[in-house]
Amino acid sequence: MIEFRGVTKRFPDGTVAVDELDLTVTDGGITVFVGPSGCGKTTSLRMINRMIEPSGGTIEIDGTDVMSGDAAHLRRGIGYVIQQAGLFPHRTILDNIATVPMLLGWSRAKARSRAGELMEIVGLAPEMAKRYPSQLSGGQQQRVGVARALAADPPILLMDEPFSAVDPVVRESLQDELLRLQAELSKTIVFVTHDIDEAVKLGDKVAVFRTGGVLAQYDEPGHLLARPADDFVDGFVGRDRGYRGLGFLSADGLPLGALETVRLGSPAPSGDWTLVVDDADRPQGWLAGRDRTDGAPVTAEHLVPGGSLYDVTSGSLRSALDAALSSPSGRGVAVDADGRVVGSIGADDVLAALATARAAA
Amino acid sequence: MNWSWIPRNLDRVAELTVQHLWLALLPVLLGLIVALPLAWLATRARVIRTVLITVTGLLYTVPSLALIVMLPLVLGIGILNPLNVVVALTIYTVALLVRSIADALDAVPQAVVAAATAMGYTPLRRFVAVELPLAVPVTVAGLRVAAVSNMSLVTVGAIVGLGGLGALFTDGFQRDIPAEILTGIVLVLVLALLVDVALLAIGRAVTPWTRAGAGARA
Amino acid sequence: MTGVIDWFADPANWSGPDGVPVRLLEHLQYTLLALVIAAVIAIPLGLWIGHTGRGGFLVVGSANALRALPTFGLLVLLANVFGIALTPPIAALVILAIPPMLAGTYAGVQAVDRAIVDAARGMGMGEREVLLRVELPNALPLILGGVRSATLQIIATATIAAYVALGGLGRYIIDGLALRNFAEMAAGSILLALLAIGIDLLLAALQRTVVSPGLRTPAAIRTRPRLRAV
Ligand SMILES: Nc1ncnc2c1ncn2[C@@H]1O[C@H](COP(=O)(O)OP(=O)(O)O)[C@@H](O)[C@H]1O
Ligand SMILES: [Mg+2]
Repeated sequence: MIEFRGVTKRFPDGTVAVDELDLTVTDGGITVFVGPSGCGKTTSLRMINRMIEPSGGTIEIDGTDVMSGDAAHLRRGIGYVIQQAGLFPHRTILDNIATVPMLLGWSRAKARSRAGELMEIVGLAPEMAKRYPSQLSGGQQQRVGVARALAADPPILLMDEPFSAVDPVVRESLQDELLRLQAELSKTIVFVTHDIDEAVKLGDKVAVFRTGGVLAQYDEPGHLLARPADDFVDGFVGRDRGYRGLGFLSADGLPLGALETVRLGSPAPSGDWTLVVDDADRPQGWLAGRDRTDGAPVTAEHLVPGGSLYDVTSGSLRSALDAALSSPSGRGVAVDADGRVVGSIGADDVLAALATARAAA
Repeated sequence: MNWSWIPRNLDRVAELTVQHLWLALLPVLLGLIVALPLAWLATRARVIRTVLITVTGLLYTVPSLALIVMLPLVLGIGILNPLNVVVALTIYTVALLVRSIADALDAVPQAVVAAATAMGYTPLRRFVAVELPLAVPVTVAGLRVAAVSNMSLVTVGAIVGLGGLGALFTDGFQRDIPAEILTGIVLVLVLALLVDVALLAIGRAVTPWTRAGAGARA
Repeated sequence: MTGVIDWFADPANWSGPDGVPVRLLEHLQYTLLALVIAAVIAIPLGLWIGHTGRGGFLVVGSANALRALPTFGLLVLLANVFGIALTPPIAALVILAIPPMLAGTYAGVQAVDRAIVDAARGMGMGEREVLLRVELPNALPLILGGVRSATLQIIATATIAAYVALGGLGRYIIDGLALRNFAEMAAGSILLALLAIGIDLLLAALQRTVVSPGLRTPAAIRTRPRLRAV
């Protein structure tokens, strides 16, 4: 547990970057600091591992004031990942990852074998081990940065805009990867970003900062979208928050409608829209009423592409609604974990479920 | 120390100063004239660039006194010909400038070159009208380094009898007049400073666009 | 030209206290001695200034001053004031070799990406470790560039120091001049050129072997214009 108590940082030039911050980061989750540029996120993060020392208040990790011991010793027990990865250009990937274990006095062989394990964990091919950072793409460098921070298995991980310098597609996959890793490792992660979408996607809890280093709201992402504390948070959270908020509402118990399906190659039934599936009941596309001759076999060239799919095992109201809205027939396709069609969903069903959830809250 | 040496020898000092300036600055001009086309060639093909930079780099490595003494063999002139000093310093200037001008030309943004080509510049006109002006700040920086170090290098020529103010060093050493040696050192330092400031001013005058942004902010 | 070839062919020029091996060895000795003393002063100082960021003006100032200072004048003045001896010219060689190495080391440390240094501290490296394990290896290309530059400076200065009675290959030029023996002068010059080029190539090779392959990008290995004051 990391506790900020009345923490203030005033730089020598008089800038107050963080003002009387009170905040508790709970163990085993991802806590995101988000806010506009210059609002004190980085400063707050760097005070945890004493890269910056607070000018007032205290920060405690599991009840111990971070200012009480030796700074270097404290930092060896906290993983640290920064935007440009900050990899050492003169060391191979393997030796970059082995840095902290070596600082902690592990033998070279042990540190390197641990580094090898971590490369696998973060999804780096073993042949990268002997390469140098300049030979890697930005996304690969960030993976190395994460592996390096995890090398000594620290309970806490500090990440300062680690994915902002990579392109959106790679960023997306790095975010998914982080969530996957976190599900396995359950670290206490403090993650800084200026991107509210990233914050909402990754955070178990999100702290929104406003300029001047003041905490505006500290909440679960669903609550943040549903009930912004004030106009600043509302403006920062941005457009479509109502729709995006659906992503945090479980679709458990959403009633599924029946759905008529037909196998490829089978005779076409009558009716307006029919979902076409393969031999394993996986959706292939829709057959429109105007496009067919009753009784003739259904072929792939007749198909209209379908919309997004709603996975009943993990879906949210947002994915259910999107499935309904994006389907050419107006009925969203619900599938199970194996991708088999299990039923259909309509937009009005989602809205009804939303009304029920609201009434219950 | 016998300071009275100075007032008694003002004429000689003036004469040596003029000679010194010729020997130091003529190579800067000649070096620039030779380096520009070479730098242009260097940006045309990798091979040419490698060869040019290697050869000039090797020449730059040769100690100045050795170069001054070797040149008569190559040029077929007497060792006391001032041309030896001029050619030696020109070689150093070229070595210094070719590389930095070639780098500066490479650093001209591709978008600018493409825009100029699209507007219908022929390659040669584009070089003169667009690429070269953009390489001016780097070129001037190179010229300053060359001019300042030439001021000091010229004096080495005095060992073989043709070194401008360097003559004050050899003469002061042989006749044991420390005031004469000191006068030489101070004069060379002052000349170096003056030529540096002059080139800086010329550089600024011919590149008004490099200060436009700063001026607007001020 | 034939005179020069005859000079090289004459066995008398290859033995005795004035023979090529002795003169070459002298030149190498002065160079190595001055280089080591200057490096011991300049490199730690440059690392410290670069690491702390304090005193950068010293570096820039000394490099600029050296460029303008007439080395020959300095040598002659020292000899005139302290008399003809070994120490004044060697001291001059050391003084002149410091600025290039100081500038190279300082620039090398300054050029290390701040994000890398930040990451190093964030992982729990102490200041010593940051300096020795991160800044020093990353600054190495520029430090060695400074060493190359200083070495050439010393070789060239040792040449003209023959004028104030130092030994080494410069003697052939000075003595040849006194005797109007142009063949000897030219031969000495050729030997000097070969020595300077040979040592520079050797240092270039060293630069390639000791610098981490991760830093061998063209931009990193490229050195700034070298100083030439002699
Ligand atoms: N070393 C410093 N000295 C003075 N002001 C600083 C320093 N570091 C950051 N600041 C200022 O503190 C404020 C917060 O900075 P920072 O925490 O980096 O913001 P963020 O990470 O949220 O973009 C900014 O106004 C910034 O300019
Ligand atoms: Mg920041």
